[in-house]
Amino acid sequence: MTIANQELRTIMTAHTKDDENARRDFLQLTAGAMGVVGAACVATPLVNSLNPAKDTLALATIEVDVSDLKPGEAKTEMWQGKPVFIKHRTPKEIEEAEDVDVATLRDKQPDSARVQKPEWLVVIGVCTHLGCIPVGNKPTDAHGDYDGWFCPCHGSHYDTSGRVRKGPAPKNLAVPPYEFVSDTVIKIG
Amino acid sequence: MGSGERAEFKNPVIGWIDERLPLFTLMQKEYGVFPTPRNFNYFWNFGAIAMFMLVAMIVSGIVLAMHYTADTELAFDSVERIMRDVNSGWLIRYIHMNGASFFFVAVYIHIFRGMYYGSYKKPRELLWILGVLIFLLMMATAFIGYVLPWGQMSLWGATVITNLFSAIPWVGDSIVTLLWGGFSVDNPTLTRFFALHYLLPFVIFAVVFLHVWALHITGSNNPLGIEPKGPQDTLPFHPYYTMKDSFGLVLFVILYALFIFYAPDSLGHPDNYIPADPLVTPPHIVPEWYFLPFYAILRAITFNMNIYFLAGIAGLFTLLVEFVWREKPKMIAAPYALPILVASLFLAALGFIGDQYPTLGIPFTAAEDALVSAKLGGVLAMFGAIVLLLVLPWLDTHPIRSARFRPLFKWSFLLLFVVFVFLGYIGSQPADAAFGPVPLSLLGLLCTGYYYGFFLVILPFLSRFEKGRNLPKSIHEAVLGKGA
Repeated sequence: MTIANQELRTIMTAHTKDDENARRDFLQLTAGAMGVVGAACVATPLVNSLNPAKDTLALATIEVDVSDLKPGEAKTEMWQGKPVFIKHRTPKEIEEAEDVDVATLRDKQPDSARVQKPEWLVVIGVCTHLGCIPVGNKPTDAHGDYDGWFCPCHGSHYDTSGRVRKGPAPKNLAVPPYEFVSDTVIKIG
Repeated sequence: MGSGERAEFKNPVIGWIDERLPLFTLMQKEYGVFPTPRNFNYFWNFGAIAMFMLVAMIVSGIVLAMHYTADTELAFDSVERIMRDVNSGWLIRYIHMNGASFFFVAVYIHIFRGMYYGSYKKPRELLWILGVLIFLLMMATAFIGYVLPWGQMSLWGATVITNLFSAIPWVGDSIVTLLWGGFSVDNPTLTRFFALHYLLPFVIFAVVFLHVWALHITGSNNPLGIEPKGPQDTLPFHPYYTMKDSFGLVLFVILYALFIFYAPDSLGHPDNYIPADPLVTPPHIVPEWYFLPFYAILRAITFNMNIYFLAGIAGLFTLLVEFVWREKPKMIAAPYALPILVASLFLAALGFIGDQYPTLGIPFTAAEDALVSAKLGGVLAMFGAIVLLLVLPWLDTHPIRSARFRPLFKWSFLLLFVVFVFLGYIGSQPADAAFGPVPLSLLGLLCTGYYYGFFLVILPFLSRFEKGRNLPKSIHEAVLGKGA
């Protein structure tokens, strides 16, 4: 009887010890996981607060009167803190933009996919390499090897359709969402 | 009672405090009698000098923050107000501006010394890694700080550097928007940069504390690179090295003061005295001088890496691991080393040529098929250059520490130093500049190649094959001669 009791106790304690350890592991894991979830919940609003605020997002639309631009002229407007180039293209510039074999381009886009009306080119004036502002809006500026824009930072050349033709930039100048409110007013955004 | 032994103090007030909080015992142990190798040269001053610069930056920075306004409309003018109207404001700002440069001077020499004398080797690996972390934190702090005056270089430097993160596949653009808090570097960016610029120096301070703690566990390395074997090899830190450090510090501060008073803007860029204009990019954006070598590495990668190129690199890397890193090649393909080498070089060349001459029409070499774009490649190369420093203790496993006894290591390391300085020159030039008939971008690529080759090929190779000179038996014997 005594021996059986002792054996039983040994078995019982061994069992409870294992059981106890498994229980501890489970509790530690779940408590740890809860802690991680809690920390993530606290971190989310803190990190997300660094994303653009509502007033920043609210500056999303502008209207631009382009009646003052003669063919060949361009102007720069601020939209979302970035310059937007609006260019009134001459027939020669339109022809240059359309006469390119799209297959030879780095970022293959035909001119027709980048304009709504061939004489008006609207692009975001931020070099797609590292974000500098290309020059070329003024007649006295450098226009690069392709009669469009030239980025002075690292030497990217853009053509009359704002497409990258040479230099380190990987993509064409981006086309912002825009529409013609009338023949001479463009709404950007 | 505090734990451990306490020193005896005559002054009853000090004794009373020390019984309750053994601060004075600690100072006595770590900076008073602390056993320090007796053979330090002046290169060993720069840890203390860097510590002084950190304190100088924090003190001048806190005062500047009391006069500065972090708002895009006001920031530039508030800095000009500091320069013109605030009492001694010009002095405090010049101390801070040039202090950043001199902090980097001290830290670069400190890192150079650590590499030359093998201070990163066992048992000081963690000490070294903490040091590299301090260097990284310093670069972040300095970059953010340069944005605060909101001049042209501030804005456009910030634009170029934050745009680097857009190279990260898929999430890059979201990360950049998150960094900016908008769609360009603007007011939200400036205010968070100011908050971080105030925070990070204290993070640096904490890591410096860990760095010094780790130093006091292992003790200092020394120019011979052999461990002190007993009291005859060491001197108490005070007064011997408190004096030597103070002397070196005075000379350093004289040079620093010369810049503050006589050439305060010589290390900066004049464009940063033009208020930031988001519509005009300066013709030549250059970072501060202490970033130039890394900037040159960033710009050295001007080609896209397509599948051929990366396969070639993977082949070469396999050979490197098998035949240079490992004691004995394990790979089944070991007998085919030569064919693998030829095939790898062919693939790398094919990929490179296909990218440089797209008109050849080699399949899968068009820019949109690139696995790693030139931009991402540059970013990876730049950050990789610092990651190499982190793993340096495992790349150089040669048992001899000091370059004095390793002539091959010494000369390849000094060449690395020259290459690093030349990379700095390349970084300061416009991207399309040339050095005589050779375009600088090519030289930048070659120098980047040597930088990587030094760490990945030369160091592991020398670790296995350099014999080295005989080490002296002990520090005191080497310093004082056999008679001592």
